[in-house]
Amino acid sequence: MIPLSIAFLPLTDSAVLVAAKEQGFAADAGIDLSLIKTTSWATARDRLVFGQVQAAHMLAPLAIAVTLGLSQHPVALAAPFKLSVNGNQLVMATGFAVALDPDLLARIADPIATAHDFAAAIGLHRRKPVIGIVHRFSSHALMLRYWLGYAGVDPDRDVTLRVLPPSLMVEALRTGEIDGFIAGEPWGSIAIAEGLGETAALGNRIWQRGVEKVLTFRAEWLATETGIADRLIGALARSAAWCDAPENRATLAATLSAPAYLDQPAEQILPALAGRMTFRLGEPPVAIDDMMIFQREAANFPWRSQALWIYSQFVRWRMMEASDEAEAGAGDVFRPDIYRRALAGAGLPMPGASMKVEGALAAPLGVGTHQSALVLGSDRFFDGAVFDPVDVAGFLSRYDAERSR
Amino acid sequence: MRIVIIDGSGLRATELEEGLREAGYEDIHLVPPHGAFVARLERMAPDVVLMDLGNPSRDTLEEMLAVSRALARPIAMFVDQSDDAMIGAAIDAGVSAYVVDGLRKERVKPIIELAIRRFNAFACMQAELVEAKTALAERRTIEKAKSILMQTRNLSEPDAYALLRSAAMNQNRRIADVAEALITASSLLGPGT
Repeated sequence: MIPLSIAFLPLTDSAVLVAAKEQGFAADAGIDLSLIKTTSWATARDRLVFGQVQAAHMLAPLAIAVTLGLSQHPVALAAPFKLSVNGNQLVMATGFAVALDPDLLARIADPIATAHDFAAAIGLHRRKPVIGIVHRFSSHALMLRYWLGYAGVDPDRDVTLRVLPPSLMVEALRTGEIDGFIAGEPWGSIAIAEGLGETAALGNRIWQRGVEKVLTFRAEWLATETGIADRLIGALARSAAWCDAPENRATLAATLSAPAYLDQPAEQILPALAGRMTFRLGEPPVAIDDMMIFQREAANFPWRSQALWIYSQFVRWRMMEASDEAEAGAGDVFRPDIYRRALAGAGLPMPGASMKVEGALAAPLGVGTHQSALVLGSDRFFDGAVFDPVDVAGFLSRYDAERSR
Repeated sequence: MRIVIIDGSGLRATELEEGLREAGYEDIHLVPPHGAFVARLERMAPDVVLMDLGNPSRDTLEEMLAVSRALARPIAMFVDQSDDAMIGAAIDAGVSAYVVDGLRKERVKPIIELAIRRFNAFACMQAELVEAKTALAERRTIEKAKSILMQTRNLSEPDAYALLRSAAMNQNRRIADVAEALITASSLLGPGT
């Protein structure tokens, strides 16, 4: 058995790592997996960057930010495997949410109308709303910015984005330190179950197939330890399939609820796994089939185009200057080549391309693969935008007016 | 040189503060990571910020360092990025440090080293405390099990202990565990047994 340590944060989307250990997929691959729980992304990052762990559960934008030197010590990171797709929600305190559409189904189903309602609600609120985000370089924060920006809200001027660890979000909402937050599950469900707030928007209604957590290595380590990395990725692919199977959800929720992992009640973890979301305390749950995706639709495949979308948003929100070098560097963090190599014999559908036009699929589509049939789910952005990864500059030009403000 | 220690637990921070004062540093402030701690920190304009690596508010602090206009100079983690051994020791001990860029590393290095030593000492102390508490609780359990055996089977104290010990050896268990099981069984059987 080869010992291998992976840092993770206690979130539902650590499921593929946890199941790889607890269901024996890692051991079957000859890997003695240690999962190191950390309470901040900074600590997961430092453990990875300074070699205290071999891999980490990481926010995809943070992996790119570390590589580009935007978050402390710069190190080239590599993400050959996505651990999850979707799973975030924006929860707002009841006092703020009264200004949104009271019909929760309509509110969630129509993010365009809700974005405009939200913009109006900002003016009606007793102070500049404070919205908790887990990290500047998080997919949730980028999605929130994208959604607010559509309705003319400048997220750096019209609201206060406050960085808080996910585990402190619920308490901050209770004490009124924040008016809402966007975070990964189970934290939204817990806040709602405690009657502190209600769903204002779902991440998967802002971008139907957004990029979420990735398995991240140091690029240097990945280049030398190819055998171990490939075995780990193979084990994680089997774990991801297990996590996605409906019959395993109850077991998975119970496993995740243990003190070593999320340390939260299984009944607050299960709804997001099962796609049965309660938007407000006392309302019946609503079926959201794509609330969390672990494996189907080749969810683990690291589309280079998604890394480039993240880069485009960094530039849009003035987190960095645009450059050809940075664009290539951001794209290189996602490693479809390693995914293909590691899973070549796994019998999984293997996308033939490494990039796609993001947001172009309005309905599920069968696509060309090297192996079995692959159907990609609808991947639209709520505003109908399409992101062409070969023309990032052209995509960014639409934001010129906004960026020169 | 102004040093701020961000810590909510108190004890460990006090340990560290004492150590720093003994080493001759005077301008030391303790800030608990709650509420508006970021604003407080900004007003203090520290040269060095020390924080427990396990503190969930590290992301909040780093965000402040990224956007702060009050702290004009950027702050970087760890003194010498090339010193792998020291970085490893700091991470093992749970020390994270943010240092104003431009501060000479010879001036900061002793502070980090001291923090590593104090954090390690504190961790040992905690472990010893837990051990001592466990040992005390186990001794009480064994005493109680002995007195049950002495009463119900009319044994002397050494004989009662010998019985517990041989039962533990036969079952390949710890004496405290056997004693615990005996107490549970005895309470289930009720008084008079």
